[in-house]
Amino acid sequence: MNKTWIIAQREFFTRVRKKTFLLSTILLPVLIFGFYAMMIYFSVSSDAYRVAIVDEANILNDSIEKKKGEVTFEIVKADTAALRTMVDKGQYDGYLVIPAGYDIMTGDSLVFRSNKTVGLMTRGNIESQINSIVEKRRFLSLNISPKRLDSLKRKNEIQYSKITIDKKGDAKKESGVGLSYIVGFASGFLIYIVLFIYGTMVMRGVMEEKVSRIAEVIVSSVKPFQLMMGKIVGIGAVGLLQFVIWGILIVGLQLLLPLFFPELMDQAQATQVMQPGAGIQAAQNSSGMAEAMKNISQINFPLIIGTFIFYFFGGYLLYSSLFAAVGSAVNEDPQDAQSLLFPVIMPIIFAIVIMTKAVNDPNSGLAVFGSLFPLTSPVVMMARVAHGVPEGVTVFQLILSAVFLIIGFLGTTWVAAKIYRTGILLYGKKVTWKEMWKWAVRKS
Amino acid sequence: MNVLEVNNLKKYYATQKAVDDVSFTLAPGSIFGLLGPNGAGKTTLIRMITGIFFPDAGEIKFNGKKFEPAENIINIGYMPEEKGLYKKMKIGEQAVYLAQLKGLKKSVATEKVKQWFIKFEMQSWWNKKVEDLSKGMSQKLQFVTTVLHEPKLIILDEPFSGLDPVNTNLIKDEIYNLARGGASIIFSTHRMEQVEEICDHIILMNKGKKILDGTVNQVKQQFKENLFSVGFETAPSNTMGTASFDVVGRQENSLVVKIRDGHKPNDVLQHFLQQQQSIISFQELLPSLSDIFIKLVEGTPLARQFEKITA
Repeated sequence: MNKTWIIAQREFFTRVRKKTFLLSTILLPVLIFGFYAMMIYFSVSSDAYRVAIVDEANILNDSIEKKKGEVTFEIVKADTAALRTMVDKGQYDGYLVIPAGYDIMTGDSLVFRSNKTVGLMTRGNIESQINSIVEKRRFLSLNISPKRLDSLKRKNEIQYSKITIDKKGDAKKESGVGLSYIVGFASGFLIYIVLFIYGTMVMRGVMEEKVSRIAEVIVSSVKPFQLMMGKIVGIGAVGLLQFVIWGILIVGLQLLLPLFFPELMDQAQATQVMQPGAGIQAAQNSSGMAEAMKNISQINFPLIIGTFIFYFFGGYLLYSSLFAAVGSAVNEDPQDAQSLLFPVIMPIIFAIVIMTKAVNDPNSGLAVFGSLFPLTSPVVMMARVAHGVPEGVTVFQLILSAVFLIIGFLGTTWVAAKIYRTGILLYGKKVTWKEMWKWAVRKS
Repeated sequence: MNVLEVNNLKKYYATQKAVDDVSFTLAPGSIFGLLGPNGAGKTTLIRMITGIFFPDAGEIKFNGKKFEPAENIINIGYMPEEKGLYKKMKIGEQAVYLAQLKGLKKSVATEKVKQWFIKFEMQSWWNKKVEDLSKGMSQKLQFVTTVLHEPKLIILDEPFSGLDPVNTNLIKDEIYNLARGGASIIFSTHRMEQVEEICDHIILMNKGKKILDGTVNQVKQQFKENLFSVGFETAPSNTMGTASFDVVGRQENSLVVKIRDGHKPNDVLQHFLQQQQSIISFQELLPSLSDIFIKLVEGTPLARQFEKITA
């Protein structure tokens, strides 16, 4: 056990001290957020697109709402030639003439002229703003006040929730289905990524030892099993550290983002007061936010984080030993790894497919099977747990799945260790799964 | 007491008898040559002695007790034929790490690595990486990591491949030192001149079986062909042999004679003395190990054939 620890330490420190670790762990989230911030920055500070409106039909009553945003309108009284020169001079980016005979109820086509091609986003912006202005005038011409309009446009909100009866026979509080869907999907997907990234890292480490021929020196000092477990534990610790750093960075940067971009908040407020009917929508939005907050408080985070950590390690241990076995069987040619990896990757892909079903219907037969079967349970169970206990998964199933996973990883480790022991010292021979199976089942 | 005692060791693979009933003993302080053509089963034998493989049958005794890999590993140093080190790891750290895996404490290991590095003038290498080293340099490093923990049994598989004569001598001297210090050394190689020079005792393996066992001198005596070289001031030109010997070779001032069975070297000398020849040298020609090796291995198929084994 002591030697496993020494090996794990080496695996951990050689990886953590590498420049690529620092780059991928610290720089990657910073880069992503930098990119994100840049996108926000450009979208906030892009030059306004100025449009001159000539209201010959006089439907706007010389007034038009000024608002922040990409496109601003200004009512101008000028003839076409004067407008052209204004556009040429760059005073405006384009102009729109509402012709004298334009009937607000029936008119459906207006011409926007510009000396440049108008981008798709800008087109959409112009259209929606003009339409909302025209729409408002239409309602006014029908004597409908903005207030009545608001109540007309109020959407009937449907809240989706699941009835669960607790032991007293009362209907329990509704669970937040939408959010638990997102949490379930995200955590399941995260485990899927973990299995892949760190599993492959274990496999490459084993291949490195085999190809550089140090394996024979080491297995003359330690048992092959100790070497394999040391590697798995060391890389697992790297993964955990990486996740912790990512978590801290993501939360930290998220908190910092408004500090760097105060305009962002302004814009968010600006978009909420954009349309006459928007008051309602804003209200709806904020009630949506409140709803989301309520849902967050309903999701059992300690349970999810606890199960996430358990399935993170369980799944990692289960799969990394298989990846190690494959790595030990591969010779110099990394191409061999592809075909040998296929049977290992299959169940992971299968798991992600079941998981997408399980987030929708956590109690379907497929979801129950997927969350119990140890090769798929780390991914699938996260989708079910997000729906809560016992709504998504019963306590019994959760315990059963955990037990199966522990048995599963003991099993794969045992099998993998036998393949590993033979494979790590075997050179120059292309190994098939059939042979690996023989190594695994034969008596030592 | 023998450091190592191997009795009737067997290891069968699916298609080959890799090691088939091999026994030998190894005395403390002796340098033991393990010879054999490629595929003779030397590596498999070594891997069983180092605890990497379990034998199918037979027993290994280490210091008179049954060999227990977990306990005895600290007393064994193994340098495999395919030398391997972590390419990206710093040399000093790597040597300390490998010593730690043998069971040394980190502080002790660091101290010993430093001593060895000074001995081999490698102090400036500590923070270099293995990938920066030449083949000979990494070979030296590998040797250091093999003997660092002062093992009682040192197994060296082709330790001189890739080394220049200076470094070869450096390592060779170190091997003698270790043997004088009481360590037993198993030395596996194809280079017969090195075996003759270094080894006290050899065994020759072919196709999994031990076909020769003895000291270098015993083996040579066993395979001698009663050849003698006789040097003259002027070689007799017309000698074709007598009842006691044949002339099998002729150089400018010497003859190579083969003494017939039942006759003695003195008979040869007597013959030439009677002829009034002035003899300036008389020497027995013993076969080189290389000749013996070829003689024994020749005639067997060069590569081992795959066969079905029922054991």
